[in-house]
Amino acid sequence: MSVVAIAPRRWKKPPLIKRAWLRWMIGLGAAVYLTLALGTTEVNWARVWEGLPRGARFFAAFFPPDFASRWSEIAEGILESLWMTVVSTVIGIAISIPVGIGAAKNIAPTPVYYFCRGILAVSRSFQEIILAIFFVKLFGFGPFAGLVTLSFATIGFYGKLLAEDIEDMDPSQAEAVRATGAGWLQWLNYGVQPQVMPRMIGLGLYRFDINFRESAVVGIVGGGGIGATLNTAFDRYEFDSAAAILMVIIGIVMLAEYSSSYLRRWVQ
Amino acid sequence: MMAIELRHGMKVWHRRERSAQFATWAAWLVGAAIFIYCWELISDKTIWAFVADAPAQAADLAVRMVPPDWGFIHALWRPMWNTINIATLGTAMGTILAVPVAYCAARNTTPSVAFIRPAALFIIVSSRSINSLIWALMLVTITGPGVFAGILAIGLRSIGFCAKLLYEAIEEIDESQVEAVRATGASGAQVTAYGIAPQVLPAFAGISVFRWDINIRESTVLGLVGAGGIGLPLNAAITMLAWTQVSLILLIIIATVVVSEWVSAKMRHSII
Repeated sequence: MSVVAIAPRRWKKPPLIKRAWLRWMIGLGAAVYLTLALGTTEVNWARVWEGLPRGARFFAAFFPPDFASRWSEIAEGILESLWMTVVSTVIGIAISIPVGIGAAKNIAPTPVYYFCRGILAVSRSFQEIILAIFFVKLFGFGPFAGLVTLSFATIGFYGKLLAEDIEDMDPSQAEAVRATGAGWLQWLNYGVQPQVMPRMIGLGLYRFDINFRESAVVGIVGGGGIGATLNTAFDRYEFDSAAAILMVIIGIVMLAEYSSSYLRRWVQ
Repeated sequence: MMAIELRHGMKVWHRRERSAQFATWAAWLVGAAIFIYCWELISDKTIWAFVADAPAQAADLAVRMVPPDWGFIHALWRPMWNTINIATLGTAMGTILAVPVAYCAARNTTPSVAFIRPAALFIIVSSRSINSLIWALMLVTITGPGVFAGILAIGLRSIGFCAKLLYEAIEEIDESQVEAVRATGASGAQVTAYGIAPQVLPAFAGISVFRWDINIRESTVLGLVGAGGIGLPLNAAITMLAWTQVSLILLIIIATVVVSEWVSAKMRHSII
């Protein structure tokens, strides 16, 4: 204990980043970046100002939204989105099961492992919208392009999680099934599948959720579904119909979220 | 619980009881019927001649896309910089706005469980269920096309995600620390600053970095609806059928995404 310690000390909050120089560097870097970024971002304030009444009109359109005048288009778009979601989730999961099994390091031979991991990496590295643009070019406008996009995106998501889940499984259970003389498929069915099933059902429901949300977006580039209806509504400045569509999307997403959490609890 | 049946005096093991087996089959049947019905409806709206032609089209497109037009890269630095700005400034806006929302949504800090908490949860759900591209679509009609609409879109979209993760972190804090700070006679604001904030700060930093990574991905396509960034030249190149430029832009997007993923993984690793 030195004599200096006798002087009254003030307690200071411990900082989040312990090294002082790093803290200063990050602060300085952030300041420099912010000035550069804000300096080069052109904002046309006159145009923003002009748009404000339009924005006010848009928010006013939510009270109440106009479900009636475009109802047939809205219903058709929503139903198409739902069909797309169902089919793409089923197809995507069906394809991702063999891919996911192949991408699990503990049960797949090495060449198969790398091949399947490659498929997953390709599927995950592209944004849904970019995929949708290309699939619309290839398959023409309409829900089929959206369906292929969503299935493709589902493979990367679901296959990766399935592979990770299989890698984390309890090997002794699988070993026990194998010890009874089960064939490979029987081993998969009775030794591996029951271990990963509860979590995978939950993730399937979660992916259903995501696919519905994304199906609202692929329509903007021509992939069918509610997105196309929404895009048209905005292009025509029909804000009250757009508000109605957004309310329906939010409602369905909320419904899917609640029912999926309920279903997940019921499954487990 | 074993489903064992006696057949010819032999015990036969089944995976499920008979009723459970029937229920499983019924569920599969209903599921398959729904799937086939939906497939039928989509199939009716599809022009199968186009689909049959797709492999040839894909091959044609692939041939036209190589080699990428490297000379075009000089026109892309500025849009790329804008994309990064949209993602970063949008993330900053989203995370800052997410803090009060999360504070109001967490059960243990909300001022009122009956009124303010549902409102905060509604903000979170609506922000999360509307994709950033749809936010951008809306904002472009309001503020006009440009980077500003993109920043707002990313910001509004990030609120829900960050606030949800943050309020879950707040609900999981150790109450005894808060209690200890309160016992010193600290005011409400001081309790928040010294009892709650230090516990959720690492989570908050992690969430921000994670969202920034997602936002980089999302901001690459905002230009398709006019909200600035690399999506603008992408859209222009696709419209002009300049496929060599398209392939270059796609390569740059992938490179950016890979780099941002690496940066965010590094940063999260150093935080946790």
